[in-house]
Amino acid sequence: MTAIEVRGLRKAYRGREVVSGIDLDVARGEVFALLGPNGAGKTTTTEILEGHRRRDGGEVRVLGADPGTAGSDWRARIGIVLQDADDAADLTVGEMVKHVAGFYAGPRAPAEVLALVGLTDRKDSRIRTLSGGQRRRLDVALGIVGRPELLFLDEPTTGFDPEARRNFWDLIRALAGEGTTILLTTHYLEEAEALADRLAVLAGGEIVAQGTPAALGGRASAGAKVSWRVDGVLRTEQVPDPTPLIRELVEAKTDLSTLTVTRPTLEDTYLALIGAHR
Amino acid sequence: MSGAFAPAPGRAPLRTVVASQIRMELTLTARRGEAVVLAMGVPLLVLLGAGLTEATNVPGDDRLAFVVPGVLALTVMSTAFTGQAITTGYERSYGVLKRLGASPLTRPGLLFAKTTAVLGLIVLQLITLAAVGLAVGWRPHLGSILPALGVTVLATAAYSGLALLMASRLRPEATTGAATLIYVLMLAAGGIMFAAPDLGTFGWFLLPLAAHAEALRETLSYGGSVPTAIWLSLGTWAVVFVTAAARTFRWE
Repeated sequence: MTAIEVRGLRKAYRGREVVSGIDLDVARGEVFALLGPNGAGKTTTTEILEGHRRRDGGEVRVLGADPGTAGSDWRARIGIVLQDADDAADLTVGEMVKHVAGFYAGPRAPAEVLALVGLTDRKDSRIRTLSGGQRRRLDVALGIVGRPELLFLDEPTTGFDPEARRNFWDLIRALAGEGTTILLTTHYLEEAEALADRLAVLAGGEIVAQGTPAALGGRASAGAKVSWRVDGVLRTEQVPDPTPLIRELVEAKTDLSTLTVTRPTLEDTYLALIGAHR
Repeated sequence: MSGAFAPAPGRAPLRTVVASQIRMELTLTARRGEAVVLAMGVPLLVLLGAGLTEATNVPGDDRLAFVVPGVLALTVMSTAFTGQAITTGYERSYGVLKRLGASPLTRPGLLFAKTTAVLGLIVLQLITLAAVGLAVGWRPHLGSILPALGVTVLATAAYSGLALLMASRLRPEATTGAATLIYVLMLAAGGIMFAAPDLGTFGWFLLPLAAHAEALRETLSYGGSVPTAIWLSLGTWAVVFVTAAARTFRWE
């Protein structure tokens, strides 16, 4: 079953094309990450899928409906974590969660949602007093309170401290583990690698690579760099498969206490893809 | 724990959704209590200043009969137009409208909730100001209250429509500036504190504040009826701007 199906999506602002014909398929229950530099078209694409923006061309189906015309029953099935919300500053955290929960027929209990995002002790605080990271955690709470089938996360962990980010990852894995489809945009490559089943790299409004984090951009077949020291002198060899070389070294009784084998990180691959596009 | 994280979406009945939004709008308004009091400060000053002293030149012998209905009309404009335009403009820039657009609350649902909350606030403000007017000696004709309420509903609709239209088209700073400017211009030219140049029927079509104030004077202060031209003027304003707002209102 497909949760999101996009064919030939196009969008221009005042004649300048920011999304230039992209295709995407996201299966139900999948965690899919959209990566790309600022201005690559990530947010525009996401907003079209959410039904917030009209597209100029292409076909889009989200949970079987066209987001441009889908009604409130469809909206109840999606959850959105906004990138830059700064609203309802005069409500308390608890009031806001309870209010949004009231839009749904069988919402998660507000107290449970606050516990999931670690805001239980800020329940009675006015929203304007939250730190940036706490505010984003509230946005996550508001995105999941309606038990959505499909959750949009637009740079959700900006401003999170490391512990909050780990807890957030656990939460996303738990949601995905029980069937929630998740579309994530992020600048943090380790976040995409930790969470995503598959990812796509957007640059200049086009998808320049798509695949699993392990295989993205030919990363799995990119070979490895083997390094070791002989009498303090660094030796390095770039090989497609490190196994024969290491076997050779072992058989030659080389001292391998300094051996390292490195493959390109997701970040290396990503930067190479973005760089090639420019 | 199995199932605790499983999706189970579904929207609440639309009536519940809208009721929840109205409650939130009212709560937010109450939290901005100081702004609400300030919004009544100008009308109160005008009422007491122009109504009880000879500070300005007003037509007729009965100053309160002229000034109090004008102050009531001014308050409706202040809350339904100026206040609502500024609040909605900032809500748009803060992302609240985008969030609501992502929720099962529909666009008509949001407009209905906002209008209802504004109407509730206006009723409270009008009761307070009318009570102050009564306390200082204004003697309204209660027999004419129905047409007075009728023109007030039309004026509220027109102001709300214009407010939402501006808020969805301009940047919040521009909305704030334009809404304040229109408020001051209407206050000066609308014949609220002092007798403005009589533009006749044309003035009623140009200045809804002048039309509304005149209708309230005719009914509440003098026990008469609302001139047809005022019904037409406020009706046109309401239809044009409510339609335009419903057509063009954007979530972000």
